[in-house]
Amino acid sequence: MNYTSVRNNDTIPVNSIPELDYPGFLELNVSTLMKGAGSHCVNYFGFPHADKIKLICCIASDDHHLINISSSIVDTKQPLFSFSKHNLVFEKFEREIHENFGVLYRDHPWLKPVRFPFNRFNKGTTIADYPFFKIESEELHEVGVGPIHAGIIEPGHFRFICNGEQILHLEIQLGYQHRGIEQLFLEKKKLLQRITLAENIAGDSVAAHTVAFVNLWESLCNYQPGRHLQLARTVALELERIAIHTGDLSAICTDVAYQLGSSVYGRLRTPLINFFQKWCGNRLAKGLIRPGKNNYPFTNELLSELTNLLNEYEKDFEEISEELFSLPSALARFEKTGVITTEQATMIGTVGMSARMSGIKRDIRYSHPHDLYPELLHQPVIRNNGDVHARARLRKKEINQSIEYLRELTREPGQVKNRLDVLANPAPQSFTISLVEGWRGEICHCAITDENGEMLCYKIKDPSFHNWLGLALAVRNNEISDFPVCNKSFDLSYCGHDL
Amino acid sequence: MLDNLKILFHQGKQYIPDVTRAEVPGIFRGRPVISSVKVNETELAEICPTNAISANPVCIDLGKCTFCGECAFAFPDKIKFTTDYKIATNERNRLTIKEGIDGPVELNPELIKWEISEYFSSSLKLRQVSAGGDNSCELELNACGNVNFDMGRFGIEFVASPRHADGIVITGPITENMAQPLQICYDAIPEPKIIILAGTDAISGGIFEGSLAVNRSFLSRYKIDLYVPGNPVHPLTFINGILELIRKRK
Repeated sequence: MNYTSVRNNDTIPVNSIPELDYPGFLELNVSTLMKGAGSHCVNYFGFPHADKIKLICCIASDDHHLINISSSIVDTKQPLFSFSKHNLVFEKFEREIHENFGVLYRDHPWLKPVRFPFNRFNKGTTIADYPFFKIESEELHEVGVGPIHAGIIEPGHFRFICNGEQILHLEIQLGYQHRGIEQLFLEKKKLLQRITLAENIAGDSVAAHTVAFVNLWESLCNYQPGRHLQLARTVALELERIAIHTGDLSAICTDVAYQLGSSVYGRLRTPLINFFQKWCGNRLAKGLIRPGKNNYPFTNELLSELTNLLNEYEKDFEEISEELFSLPSALARFEKTGVITTEQATMIGTVGMSARMSGIKRDIRYSHPHDLYPELLHQPVIRNNGDVHARARLRKKEINQSIEYLRELTREPGQVKNRLDVLANPAPQSFTISLVEGWRGEICHCAITDENGEMLCYKIKDPSFHNWLGLALAVRNNEISDFPVCNKSFDLSYCGHDL
Repeated sequence: MLDNLKILFHQGKQYIPDVTRAEVPGIFRGRPVISSVKVNETELAEICPTNAISANPVCIDLGKCTFCGECAFAFPDKIKFTTDYKIATNERNRLTIKEGIDGPVELNPELIKWEISEYFSSSLKLRQVSAGGDNSCELELNACGNVNFDMGRFGIEFVASPRHADGIVITGPITENMAQPLQICYDAIPEPKIIILAGTDAISGGIFEGSLAVNRSFLSRYKIDLYVPGNPVHPLTFINGILELIRKRK
């Protein structure tokens, strides 16, 4: 075997990952492992290994519920043939490897900077020197937006090339939010510091990123979380999905000037996040998820409160949704706006909601279930049109589904256990991969430890890493005035991407 | 139309009538109270992920605190977090809560610029800049203007252009890559203008303190008019902090 297969949250000795020569590594990953519709790359990264770079590629096989891992050691001075030439989904991973370590590629389409990290290989250029795609024309014009946007929103620069009101091309430049999180995971050695970092990767996906971290950490420490912990984590993930989807529906209404929808969905989100506050003292679930313990047990009082809350919520949610999705003025803005076809989505490898709205069955809850998802027998909601309407409708359906899951999970009173367990130290020379389906899509955390069990490499991949390109393609040939609703219907993360 | 009116009617009353006296639901980690009970102070300080706790006497710096509450779990007799959300102030060292003192965090009227009460007391337009913020403070600042908190009733609003703004609200630890855009935005705001730091990351760098990707030199150049602690800031903390700032006079 020239690769090793693991399940989600498995820990394996790092030397059990087969090391291939680069041509064999390329051949294996682009030809063998990526064959079949259910295969996609969940992470592909490098880290320093003596004076060379070790590349690790993780290809998930959704049908077999496995992740196939292989590795190769390369010299930064030798130009390589790229994976991207064969399959475009690797395009950004290779740009990142090039940006971080100076690995050269002979046939990569365009090795543009990804985020200008502080520890990049080439410090000769800064974020102000980003090489935008340009068109020489007397008739076209460019529109630059950002990095600071009009609303209360994170920074990123959008450069449109337009023909009149029509967008021909959009390029999205990110990196403004880069805080050096992956490096801080190595430097900050207290466990509480690391979980705090995980909470701060993306503040709208606190539950998703913290569950990814704790599942990874517990696996590294060979700790099996009890049912009460898994229940709390699954409930938190589904509640976060409902809350953020609701807020997004509000924002989508704002962008088509439907004031009532904006206000109603907006206020419907409030009791959901206030429930997090009642549970753990923080409206966005910071402090809730901890490795090996639960400071805020999911008590029976909380359980019955959640039941009431969902009943109340559902009534008003259905009422406004029925109105929104039959409102001609809203539908006219939603339908056939910002389309990503199944072919495009497959080609660029979108994940999560952005994949499911284009007819791709990609959902970690179904393909690599963790915590209590195996019991829920999740079947992803799929839409085929790939437009704003599909993204809005998908959210509505996923909210309904998550409400059902929460009801199912809280049917029987949980066992309330308080903080107690002590974790062992992380296993030395190990590799762990943790996948979580956040509301936005699949989150992947990978860790590698050295011979003392210290963190050698920590690699985070947010769904936005893949999906930003989806937004750029979706707006082509749309009116520039439809950009806000397209953008909001994707609702991608800047900080999750920039790390 | 009738359906829309029906929906409107079904929402009932959603706004908080008095945001200065509203109670936060359930548990909330606001202003901590530190008792005089003797504990192993080194052990206590060691717990904190951001070195917000100092020993002898025990103090918690709310500008560094992530409000995770782990210290209160480990030493429940020593530290308690109250639900007091009014923790914004305009003097950095007033964010430090000392052992044995259980008093409100207040603004220092001496430090409030005269232009603030003169010009901004019934209309304050703010430009928000996220400089490495994780979108949690941004979500909460958006929530300040929603139908529940309705900050607009006090004439306080976020605006799109710095040219229309009376001040800047910064979130995030200020990344190197945002240092220049932040400066450009600040320079574009007409005088007189104020600076508000929202959230632990903005006030001290928080968990990102010491990261080489962060560049906080902007802050050393200007006087900060308001510090709003929180991880993220609670809308009530933010609104009350600003109301204090624009209503209080020397």
